Order: sequence, then C-alpha cells, then structure tokens
Amino acid sequence: MLATAAVDTPCFIAALRRVLPAEAVIAEVEALRVYECDALSAYRELPMAVVVPGRVEEVQAVLRLCRAHGVPVVARGAGTGLSGGALPHCRGIVLGLARFNRILSIDADNRTATVEPGVRNLAVSEAAARYGLYYAPDPSSQIACTVGGNVAENAGGVHCLKYGLTVHNVLSVTFLTLDGELCETGGPTLDAPGYDLLALLTGSEGLLGIITSITVKLLPRPAGTQVLLAAFERVEDAGRGVAAVIAAGIIPAGLEMMDALAIRAAEDYAHAGYPLDAAAILLCELDGYPEEIAEQLDRVQGILRAQGAVAVRVAKDEAERRLFWAGRKAAFPAVGRIAPDYYCMDGTIPRRELARVLAEIAALSKKHGLRVANVFHAGDGNLHPLILYDANRPDELQRAEALGSEILELCVAVGGTITGEHGVGVEKLKEMCVQFSAAELSLFHAVKRAFDPEGLLNPGKAIPTPRRCAEFGRMHVHRGALPFPELERF
Amino acid sequence: MSTHPATESDVPGQAAEHALVEMVERVRQAHDAGTVLRILGGDTKAFFGGDIEGSRLSIGGYHGVVSYEPTELVVTARAGTRMSDLEALLAEQGQMFGFEPPHFGTDATLGGTVSAGLSGPRRPYGGSVRDAVLGVRCLTAAGEVLRFGGQVMKNVAGFDLSRLLCGAFGTLAILLEVSIKVLPRPSSEITLTGAMGIDQAIPLMNRWARGPLPLSGAVCDGQALWVRLSGERRALEQARAAMGALDQAPEAGFWEAVREHRLPFFRDDRPLWRISLPPATPALALPGDWLIDWGGAQRWLKTDAGAEEVRRSAAEQRGYAVLFRGGDRRGEVFPPLPDGLRVLHARLKDAFDPRRILNRGRMYGDL
Repeated sequence: MLATAAVDTPCFIAALRRVLPAEAVIAEVEALRVYECDALSAYRELPMAVVVPGRVEEVQAVLRLCRAHGVPVVARGAGTGLSGGALPHCRGIVLGLARFNRILSIDADNRTATVEPGVRNLAVSEAAARYGLYYAPDPSSQIACTVGGNVAENAGGVHCLKYGLTVHNVLSVTFLTLDGELCETGGPTLDAPGYDLLALLTGSEGLLGIITSITVKLLPRPAGTQVLLAAFERVEDAGRGVAAVIAAGIIPAGLEMMDALAIRAAEDYAHAGYPLDAAAILLCELDGYPEEIAEQLDRVQGILRAQGAVAVRVAKDEAERRLFWAGRKAAFPAVGRIAPDYYCMDGTIPRRELARVLAEIAALSKKHGLRVANVFHAGDGNLHPLILYDANRPDELQRAEALGSEILELCVAVGGTITGEHGVGVEKLKEMCVQFSAAELSLFHAVKRAFDPEGLLNPGKAIPTPRRCAEFGRMHVHRGALPFPELERF
Repeated sequence: MSTHPATESDVPGQAAEHALVEMVERVRQAHDAGTVLRILGGDTKAFFGGDIEGSRLSIGGYHGVVSYEPTELVVTARAGTRMSDLEALLAEQGQMFGFEPPHFGTDATLGGTVSAGLSGPRRPYGGSVRDAVLGVRCLTAAGEVLRFGGQVMKNVAGFDLSRLLCGAFGTLAILLEVSIKVLPRPSSEITLTGAMGIDQAIPLMNRWARGPLPLSGAVCDGQALWVRLSGERRALEQARAAMGALDQAPEAGFWEAVREHRLPFFRDDRPLWRISLPPATPALALPGDWLIDWGGAQRWLKTDAGAEEVRRSAAEQRGYAVLFRGGDRRGEVFPPLPDGLRVLHARLKDAFDPRRILNRGRMYGDL
C-alpha cells in the first residue's frame, strides 16, 4: 500500500464542497469526533473530513477527487463494527453511507430485496414481513447495523449453521472502484458468469470497492420455532452435547452456549430464568412444522441428557422462548455491567476442541489476572470470550489485548481462525501474521492492487504488510521455514 | 468422536506428497518457460468451457481424504479424490454434499467439481458448491503452496480466496485440497409428480418456494412437474397435504438422471444451453425444447437458435446463457463481461498468474 503524501487540507475540503452539497461535507473538529471510532472504541483517530453523499454520482465524484489527490477513503455504515474497520485515517476522509437508506425493491416472487448500503439489517426483514419472507443473517447489532457494513464484514449472527453467513445470503452487489467505475457482480440469478467477485467483495472490509446497492436473498418464515435450555455441571459435557446433536443428523436453527460467568451476568441483567449453579448452558432453537419440532425436541432432550445435562427445559410459550433468548442477546451488555470495560474476542474453533480451549482460556485468564466470560455460537464453533478489564487502571488494556492475542493464537493452533464474524480491521493485524504466511499475505495484497492500485481504499486495515508482521515479531512458521527471509532479524 | 483420516482407496500420504513434489516441479518449469498447462482431474468435464491447447497436468495422483469429522460437518480431501469415493464415505456416516454435485462421469474429482462450480438439483434449497467451500490449499502459477479459508464454518480472516477459486476453471491456481461443509442426509424423501406444462409449473414452483415447504428439487420438462421433499416424515406428510393433488413418483433414480443429464431430454445433437434466470421469470420465447430445473432458476435449452439470440433473450430477463455442451465452441462459451468487470478479471488473473499459464482460455479467451 502506498503511503500518501500530505494534501493541503483546506484546498481539498474546498474541492469536496464543489462536488457535494454543503451539508454533506463535515470538517469541523467537534463534528468529526462523532466519527473518530466505530464500536471498537479503544482505537480513535480524527479524519481530515467526513462526507455523507446522498447520490451515487456524488460518491463517484468524491472517489475521483480522492484518487486525484491521493487521499485515503474509509467507508462507514452505522459504525457498529467491532474490529476498527471503520477507524478513520488521519490524512483521509470517512465516506459515510448512512444516507443511502432506501429499500429499492422487494421482489416477492423471486424472493429478493434490493437495498442501498445504508439500510439497516432489521429493516429488510421488517419490509419483507408482509410477504411472509425475511432476511436470515442476524448479527446482534441488527437493529442498527447496515446491510452495506454486513457485506463488508461478512456478518454472521446466531442462525449461521442452518442459514449461512452474509456471503450465503447475498445475490449481487453493485460497487464503485476508486476510479468511479460502477460494476455489478452477481445478479438476481443464483449464479453469475466469471470469477466469483461477489464472494471476494463480501468480507473485504472496504479494501476493494464502495458498495452502492445490494440484492439479498429472502427466505420464507418457518412455520414454527421452539427453544430449549439445557444446564450442565461440566463444560465438557455441554461441548459433547453439541457434537452429539449434530451427529444425530439435527441441524438446529440456533445453538448457543454460555459459561458460568456469562450465565450469572446475563441472569442478573435479563432475569431469563437461567440456572445459576450451572457450569454451562446450551440454548437450542429448532424450527419447522410444529409436529416436526415436537419430534426433534424429544430427540434433542434425550441426546443432551445422555451427555450429562442435569436439567432441560422447553420454553412453555412464546414469552418464555423470547426470555430465553433475551438472556443470551443481553450477554454483552450484561457483562458490561460487571466490569468497567470488556474486550470482545471472535475466534472460531473446531467444536471438538471446545473443552480444551475453554480450559486454556481459564489458564490464560489466571496468568493475565483478568476475568473472562465466554459466549459461544456453539453450532458453528464461533467463540466470543469477553475479557473484563478496567481501562482506568494502568496496564489493564494492554493486559487485555495481550490475553486476547493469546486466545486468538490458541484458536489458530487448534485448527481454527482469528475471526469468525467481526473482521480483522485494525484489531487483529498482528494475529493475521500468525494465521497466514508471507506468500499468502502477498497474494492478498496483489488482489487488493487489482482493485485499488493506488492503495487508497481503507489502507492499513485487514491485511498486514510483511514488514508490519516482522515488526510485531509474530511469525507464521510453516513446516519449519522461517517467513519473511528478506527481512533482518534482531 | 470418530475421525476418518483416510479411506481404504487412499494412497499413503507419502505417495500423495511425492505426487505434489512432481506437480510443483512441472508448474515451476511451465512458469519459467511460459508453457500453458491444461489442468485435469478425471477429465469428465472436458466438454464444458473453452477448448484449450496445453501441456496436460493431471491432479489425479494427488488424492485421498485428509480428514473427516462427521460431527464437525466438514470433510477435507485432496483435489484428485473421486467424488464417488467421497460420497460413499459420507453416506456411511449418514451425511452428504448439500449441493448434490453432478459428476458427468465416474472419474469426476473433487478438484474438478469445485473448479467447474457445478451444483445439482438440490442447489436452490441446499446451497451451491461455492456456498459449501470452507477452505482450500492451492498451488500457484509460481509453484507456491498456499492455504486460504479453513475447516470451520465461520472465518472472515483475509479475502475469501477459496470461494474465488471455486468456479474459476483452474485459471487462477491449482486446487490441491478442499474443505467442504457437509449436511446430514434427510431422514426421508419423497418425489411428487403431475402432468403440467412449463407455463403452469414455473409460477407454481415459485409459489411453493415462498412458503416453509421442505423442498429439495423442482423440475419441469414441459410434460410433467417433479418436486422432491426432504426432511422428517411428518413434515413431508404435512407439506404434501398443502401442495394439492400430485402423485407419488417411483424414485428410480429420477434426480440422479436430472443431475447427470441422463434423461431422454439430453439425448440430442443440438447445442445445449444453460440459462440462469430469476426463478419466477416466465418461459422465454426461444425456439427449442426446455427442461426447467432449480425451481425455475436454471433452465436447459436445446435449440438451433443463434448464440446472439439466446444470450439477448436471457439478458433481457436479467439472466445469462452459457453454451454448455456442443455447438460452435470456437468463440466464447460464457457471455461477454461488461467492461468494468472485464478489466477486474484481467487484473485478478495477473495477480495470480501473470504469465497466464494456468488453463488459459478455458473460461474466457484471454484469461
């Protein structure tokens, strides 16, 4: 990526004002503060300016200006990202897409919705509801996060095992390259000719293009939904329970696990009726026809009891079903009440490694002197350890980051990944050096250059340079070969 | 928890590693000399894509299951592994590929299946091959062995290059290993059928797809409609009751015949087009015979109509047409890309394979 030369700020802002309406250019320091971070607030930076265009032609004009002046562009949706992907660049602009908030069409016959990138995730399902359809990916921030941001991050949610991630639920994306060329990849069809640029753009964290519209797949609402809650005295039993359910050929709509600290925090906060003496609970959601659900509930209860569940409760009505979920969905804010700050991790592991990973996390927690609460999308192996700390105490943030880093390296060591759904952003650059070799990182950079030769789209995010990896001192050692042989070691 | 590191037909890992060393050497030599390589697995899909000249590089010797964890719903195998062997292994554990892969020959391999990006009748309901790909190990044009993605369901570290390689016809890198998500086999399945023309079947298939029916296949050949339901027995009974008067069809391999193009419909010398459309699109006004699959989203057309007419007709309905089998294959078999995408394709090809030695022309003439 190119380092950008300093631009004359007043001159560039004047140029922005020539191509945008006055209210679409924000350059006053106080107003810029709103944009200084996303939901990973430990990282903050003021951009040179923020633009909030309302028309595609305006975005094109902004991109052409930025290209001409060598100014970095950081796209931003609702700013709910958890990895610093929308952290501003100090010499760049933030391109806010919140005003692109129209649902352009819903095609009920073909089960698709076409939306602008600033449309909120939940708004798609709300608009589709009258056709009996919905949009499946449901990240926990779905009330606020935007579909454009979801595509950029390949957002997940609690129903991914059965219904997939964003990449499985998007049919096409229209995007602008840095030179202002409007391209569409995918289509209203189930596939498209050429390379799968749609998969490539999904989860590319704003490094390849600026999304201007998205067509998503809509699914029919299931006929019914039911949830059961199982309590375990040992975490290992809960982990085996998850494997046993899947081995029995059942794919639950959702399968979530919480450990003792997370259970207590959630129960204090949401009064969901969780058993406070359990070492772990599983929430298992099943959907389908009522008779089918009843049959599966019986089977799942039997399977979980056989694996050591000491109590299994099926929600007795819709209110209790919502309450069971309310506890899980409130887990993050609930943990936020028992410590001044928490740091949310996002590794994915093969499920069979769960007990071992949780034991290791407990050991790391002790080593760094910080508590960790674990919530886990158990169905798909996506672990969210929440590291509790107090930013006002010296060293605690650094200790939390060190602990987090060790947890992610542990995820890689057991055959998993450093991020399941939150993205790399600025947060996990260091761990990328552990997961990928220098040659793999080089190919990522080559792909980036194919779309953005000047390196102006969200520079410095998602993919570390080999030099940066060397500076971190983290090395991906593959088959005993030392990476980055071209760099000196001290 | 059971692990299946290898099938009986697996070559020992050492033999596979030997095959890999040879492949790396061949690729490096070709790269240095600028020789175009024609990569093949079982060579069962030679009819599909552009005809190309090139030095044959077989991945057939690089086969065997690397790992299979039924409870993780993932199988990882070398690219030269035969699809039939993999499917037999999955069936032993009550599992299957959700995308119902077409083989087009007994020697079809995992690498060829993923590279060609083909999915069978279950695709609209169970996802595509690209949806199922979780990670790859690949050999680049420069002879480097790289890994992308992984063996877990959720993974957003780095660009999604494993799915980019899916359906790229081996023009970006040579697949060595693929990790694929698998699904439990449904506990029961029924096929229903009734006499029906295309004009009536297309809206009906799409009306059904708007409801919570356990559909897993929907085909119409102009004379009859076939629809498959998969799931728990009681759910199938309820669904059937909701779908109106249809007869239960004798199974007798109907879906396999659709998937493998063994129905009488496919016995024909005319060019075969694959037309991808928004599923509810009414029948296109093109001459020839139709087989509607994927609930209307994938349509097969045998016609003597000109390529331009077929492509235009599909494009007018926001779809596209591929010359799948036969016909004049001297030109492009895939539809031309718009300028912006064409430039990005060329730049991506340069990022992966700057000397353009991998399967050049198999997908588009200049890639």
